[in-house]
Amino acid sequence: MAQVLVLVDHVDGAVRKSTSELLTFAARLGEPAAVFVGDGYDNAAGSLAEFGATAVYTVPAEVNDYLVLAKAEALAAVVEAAGGASALAAVLVPSSAEGKEIAARLALKLDSGLITDAIDVRAADGGGVATSQAAFAGGFTVDSTVTRGLPVVTVKPNSVEPQPVAGAPVDATPVSVTLSDLAKAVKVVERKPKAKSGRPDLTEAAIVVSGGRGTNGDFSKVEAFADVLGAAVGASRAAVDSGWYPHSNQVGQTGKQVSPQLYVACGISGAIQHRAGMQTSKTIVAINKDAEAPIFELADFGVVGDLFAVLPQATDEAAKRKA
Amino acid sequence: MRIVVCVKHVPDAQGDRRFAADHTVDRAGVDGLLSELDEYAVEEALKLSEANDGSTVTVVTVGPDAASDAVRKALQMGADAGVHVVDDALHGSDAFATSLVLAKAIATLEYDVVVTGMASTDAGMSVVPALVADRLGLPQVTFAGSLSIEGDGPGAKVVIERDGDTSTEVVESALPALISVTDQINEPRYPSFKGIMAAKKKPVTTLTLADLGVDAGEVGLGAAWTTVAGVTQRPPRAAGTVVTDEGDGGAKLVEFLAGAKLV
Ligand SMILES: Cc1cc2nc3c(=O)[nH]c(=O)nc-3n(C[C@H](O)[C@H](O)[C@H](O)COP(=O)(O)OP(=O)(O)OC[C@H]3O[C@@H](n4cnc5c(N)ncnc54)[C@H](O)[C@@H]3O)c2cc1C
Ligand SMILES: Nc1ncnc2c1ncn2[C@@H]1O[C@H](COP(=O)(O)O)[C@@H](O)[C@H]1O
Repeated sequence: MAQVLVLVDHVDGAVRKSTSELLTFAARLGEPAAVFVGDGYDNAAGSLAEFGATAVYTVPAEVNDYLVLAKAEALAAVVEAAGGASALAAVLVPSSAEGKEIAARLALKLDSGLITDAIDVRAADGGGVATSQAAFAGGFTVDSTVTRGLPVVTVKPNSVEPQPVAGAPVDATPVSVTLSDLAKAVKVVERKPKAKSGRPDLTEAAIVVSGGRGTNGDFSKVEAFADVLGAAVGASRAAVDSGWYPHSNQVGQTGKQVSPQLYVACGISGAIQHRAGMQTSKTIVAINKDAEAPIFELADFGVVGDLFAVLPQATDEAAKRKA
Repeated sequence: MRIVVCVKHVPDAQGDRRFAADHTVDRAGVDGLLSELDEYAVEEALKLSEANDGSTVTVVTVGPDAASDAVRKALQMGADAGVHVVDDALHGSDAFATSLVLAKAIATLEYDVVVTGMASTDAGMSVVPALVADRLGLPQVTFAGSLSIEGDGPGAKVVIERDGDTSTEVVESALPALISVTDQINEPRYPSFKGIMAAKKKPVTTLTLADLGVDAGEVGLGAAWTTVAGVTQRPPRAAGTVVTDEGDGGAKLVEFLAGAKLV
């Protein structure tokens, strides 16, 4: 069977959940083959094998010193090392801002079709790759197929339940990459690490509790409820713009797109741009003191009330059930 | 500094957005406007221009007749000139074709920086900037949350901050470069009355594919490298339960979660 390249998302070898999801999709199309950029493969080998990687290509860490183009060139080098575009079934990349740009430049280099933000990936009838995407803030589902070249697909997190298989770690095939001058022209000169919250990653979390302008700057009740549920904390743009919560926690069109089992919107009105980031959540709960707030149109369960009264009670009740 | 800004005319997100029968975004039957996310690009270009005497800001758009509204809005904000590529053959173009035509149009101009928005607010994939950089052979400096130009002349470079998941990245590149900006970067201005009047006299060049030497077969729906097999409207979410808090709202909420096995 042809290989399916999966670009691994990891921090120093700690593989993110989105990678196991991509490997699971890859297995539907062919032999999952992981592409690991940087150091730390030894730490990653176990979990890549657990989710089905039957081959691994490693790329030197130097690639991470540069922005998008270097990574597209690295992937192109791996495609060559793996036998060329016609020998492969697909390339799957995580749907982050950078992932989409890498995928686009790779697809252009390979003269191949590109799908971004897929929520499903499967073998098409009669060969090739078929995908589904959500469009217009989740109001529509678009089914597409790639009609040219090696399909390059970026996949949204939480789109599939990762399927463990009993695979054994494989030896990596190192691939050398000669970066172009253009790739080296855009250099990451500094990385300022962000404080860790200790909470789950927003895009991977099974539960997200978000606060908006209604928190009036006090996220403590939102955080307390999130912690009792083991949830990630999100924020509306109004809350982020007011400086109440970091931009990396923003949910919506210009923030993160999340698709958790449960999304709890607290003091958020439900503007179309916010919906764009959370409308595909499986269950939606809203707390808002305005019964007319549009967020209630989406909610499976809504409480019309003051979040400063409702959340502490909910936190206590949830703690009792967990005890 | 010679600054080019890419702006797109998009259906209004507040309005009724839909797909046409050929599965392309329906641009004809709905209200459109300058993509809100491109206002940040225009604003950043104007700031660069104001900080560097003798600068010019030229906006470029690829789109149907109505897209001239987006150009006009940017001119009203303060841009100096516009280029509008309009051609029936462009209908249904994907990001590859759009980037090809944009790059050809930009190549007719002289520039030190090309500024774009972070995404189209319609069916945006957030990849056009990367593809335009590729086609123009420019360094790609995307998703700038802040931006500064250091030095001038041949040694000038652009320094941006880019918001990543685990860190904020500081990224540097020589000029000319393509820069995309996020909605964190500035607060776009509103056109002033004076700006609106002045815009009427600003030059807008209209170009066709033939003017750019692009073959009609390279763009449009037929040239797309993917095909849409179907579009389905999601069933509206079933109406949920809404309760009014009477001192028991938190408890009821948790009861619901317990019933759904979520707690
Ligand atoms: C191009 C563009 C991109 C955008 N991208 C995003 C994005 O990515 N994410 C995003 O979120 N927004 C985005 N927005 C902004 C969006 O349009 C809204 O302005 C924003 O989502 C509003 O945030 P909010 O719901 O917190 O605030 P508001 O709309 O002000 O709503 C606050 C709500 O809190 C309720 N409330 C107040 N006090 C309480 C209380 N004590 N208890 C309970 N409820 C209370 C109020 O009834 C109200 O419904 C974007 C806008 C544009 C133009
Ligand atoms: N048709 C177009 N005309 C001009 N600029 C565009 C066009 N399409 C995309 N862009 C630019 O590319 C950015 C990202 O668009 P997209 O990749 O479509 O999400 C936008 O914010 C614009 O600056």
